[in-house]
Amino acid sequence: MGLQLLLEHINKPEIETIDGYIKHGGYRTLDKVLGKMSPDEVTEEVKTAGLRGRGGAGFPTGLKWTFLDKSTDKPRYLLCNADESEPGTFKDRLIMQKIPHLLIEGMILSSYALGCRTSYIYIRGEYMFILRILEKAIKEAYAKGFLGENIKGSGYSLDLYVHPGAGAYICGEETALIESLEGKRGNPRIKPPFPAVSGLWGCPTIVNNVESICTVVPIVNMSGAEYAKIGIGRSTGTKLISASGNINKPGVYEIELGLPVEEFIYSDEYCGGIKGGLELKACVPGGSSVPILPKHLLLKESNGNPRLMTYESLSEGGFETGSMLGSGGFIVYDEKQCIVKNTWTFARFYHHESCGQCSPCREGTIWLDKVLYNIEHGLGKESDIDLLWDIQHGIEGNTICPLGDAAAWPVAAAIRHFRHEFEYHVRYPHRVKDEDHVYQPEMNYRTA
Amino acid sequence: MKVTIDDISIEVPPGTTILEAARMIGENVPPTMCYYSKLEGSGGKCRSCLVQVTKGSEKDPRPMPKLVASCRTTVMDGMEVRNTTSPDVISARKSVTEFLLINHPIDCPICDQAGECDLQDLSYEHGLSKSRYDFKKRVFEKIDIGDYIQMHMTRCIMCYRCVMVADQLTPERVHGVLNRGEAAEISTYIKKAIDNEFSGNMIDVCPVGALTDKTFRFKSRVWFTKPVYAHRDCKTCSGKVTLWYQGAEVLRVTGRKDRWHEVEEFICNDCRFHKKDTADWVIESAAPVSRHSVISQNHNVYEVPVVRKKLQENNKPE
Ligand SMILES: Cc1cc2nc3c(=O)[nH]c(=O)nc-3n(C[C@H](O)[C@H](O)[C@H](O)COP(=O)(O)O)c2cc1C
Ligand code: SF4
Ligand code: SF4
Ligand code: FES
Repeated sequence: MGLQLLLEHINKPEIETIDGYIKHGGYRTLDKVLGKMSPDEVTEEVKTAGLRGRGGAGFPTGLKWTFLDKSTDKPRYLLCNADESEPGTFKDRLIMQKIPHLLIEGMILSSYALGCRTSYIYIRGEYMFILRILEKAIKEAYAKGFLGENIKGSGYSLDLYVHPGAGAYICGEETALIESLEGKRGNPRIKPPFPAVSGLWGCPTIVNNVESICTVVPIVNMSGAEYAKIGIGRSTGTKLISASGNINKPGVYEIELGLPVEEFIYSDEYCGGIKGGLELKACVPGGSSVPILPKHLLLKESNGNPRLMTYESLSEGGFETGSMLGSGGFIVYDEKQCIVKNTWTFARFYHHESCGQCSPCREGTIWLDKVLYNIEHGLGKESDIDLLWDIQHGIEGNTICPLGDAAAWPVAAAIRHFRHEFEYHVRYPHRVKDEDHVYQPEMNYRTA
Repeated sequence: MKVTIDDISIEVPPGTTILEAARMIGENVPPTMCYYSKLEGSGGKCRSCLVQVTKGSEKDPRPMPKLVASCRTTVMDGMEVRNTTSPDVISARKSVTEFLLINHPIDCPICDQAGECDLQDLSYEHGLSKSRYDFKKRVFEKIDIGDYIQMHMTRCIMCYRCVMVADQLTPERVHGVLNRGEAAEISTYIKKAIDNEFSGNMIDVCPVGALTDKTFRFKSRVWFTKPVYAHRDCKTCSGKVTLWYQGAEVLRVTGRKDRWHEVEEFICNDCRFHKKDTADWVIESAAPVSRHSVISQNHNVYEVPVVRKKLQENNKPE
């Protein structure tokens, strides 16, 4: 195993409890930070570390923190985004389930850096059992005096709450998360204003992913400068990758950024190669929203260099030949997998999850779903492929929030790299049972 | 602050949106299906007003990476914007129009909004002549929202204006958006009549025929009626309205709409639904109607286009 900053003690059962966590060096940072370092010094460490948001966009966390509007005397909030709903991504769940105190420690440090008196963890509704784990851990932390009034006599006070969502992917978008936390419909807000200026209840707010917040703990422990030495270039540190699909060893891996993609797939330390000795066909390297790449583009950059697990290398070549690291949901497809079916599956997901606020996404996602349904079920026409391209083009970049892009990109990439599979489906339709021929809406609107 | 839209420059106060600046210029104004200047927080949803910012500002001249909603983007000094002169904008607007129409019933012949419908205008300008959507259209179960307002959810484009009217004009909102995505609908959750003295304004703000006036329903077509400004002494609202006459009969009362199809002032239900007698009103003047509107086809014609004049001359009885 390479360097393990987050998952080092993951397999020790006692790590779930506060005493076990402390035994393995947990909560050390509080003594180092509270009352000793100023909030700005903590932010500076995170900046020096070069930590980039682990929620998908990869925006530098320290820089984001400096955007927090400190000119008002309104309260400030830190919201931890634990809505993890992207198909293919399941890393936050592992941390919260096994090492809940790592997240709590990270929340204390980050809240201190941002000057928050109250912070929230917004967790997806399907993770109700994890919510209970977190609440138990928070109780333990209060009992030890790590949360609440005057933490460890430092004069800093923090209250931490966990709030469940009700089962919507869109509530992972930061402004939709804020709306939902306020008790409203989870519609993304139109930006500007950005949350750092006007977020939760109109107050300055920072939203960060679970993994980003947890990573603040090793950064403070080892110093930002040391952390920045791990990784390559602007991709510093370690990253959790949720590996799934046709591989021998699916699971969550902590990798040092910069690991070659080929090594990640084939080495026994990580995915352990393709299951059943089959050939690798394609891979979605960063969660369902990022473009799919065929094998030859996945393993090598356009200049022939090996492709690495970094923000830069994975996006090398733009969308023509590259993809994105995204949230690290690494989905591997072997030679027997059908790209058309996979694209349809993704399209169904985005159709189901669109909030319906803006027209291109609301209407475009259902259209993509229906056309892909037809192609997959042997009812497609040659012109449907160009139609799909037009639809995704009409959505991309024209919506309020990136969900529209996330719905468009996978379709575009599948057509770009696997057009022949779409054509094959259209020319040699394998018809399904007659009763399946009509598109069955999966959504339960009250139809007349 | 100076902003340039399609090569026409104008000075505007800080805080002005691109759309407002375009409306000040008065030409090449982006179409608006959801923005409504009198409703706080409206806009940004339909995406029909997207424009391209080719220069961010004098200070930071970089272009914006994506098209932006002109109704929700404030201008910066020196900003340069492309609306109808940008092929990207035209193509995006085409897509938006197509998206808005795929599930729309296009039942204009039986829709009371026809003739004053923003979606008709948008499709006329940016729509395709043939639909590329060969699936069953979405249909919703009909709901009854009371004696005054007819609701046709199938025609709704989810602009949220009616929800904002209810939030901002009335003490209590009893309807809203249910469900998600393509299944989202405007509804009263527990089948309930929408009943408060300003609810009728939802009809005026609805850009399509999703909310229409039950007291006017199927009585006539808007282009057979003649709009006239009138007012009355009303305790609840300003009492300034447009009366829609057919012959000597007042068929409909609405707010006064400006060039951008927005009401000047919201009116109360009493004026709208219960005062349909000329004796109730002080008549002011004929309401101005754009000569491009079908409403001007029979009445209030300001200027007869040359072609028509010739036609009329040719067709004179011997
Ligand atoms: C549709 C959509 C869903 C998202 N879901 C999540 C999510 O489940 N978890 C998450 O951390 N970020 C999610 N994001 C990204 C957040 O908007 C936000 O960028 C992130 O929480 C910022 O945290 P970071 O800077 O630490 O990455 C989502 C974004 C979009 C557009
Ligand atoms: S892009 Fe989709 S999910 Fe995002 S605001 Fe628009 S309709 Fe909602
Ligand atoms: S009913 Fe009309 S006003 Fe209300 S959201 Fe639909 S289109 Fe807009
Ligand atoms: S009018 Fe601007 S997005 Fe609808």
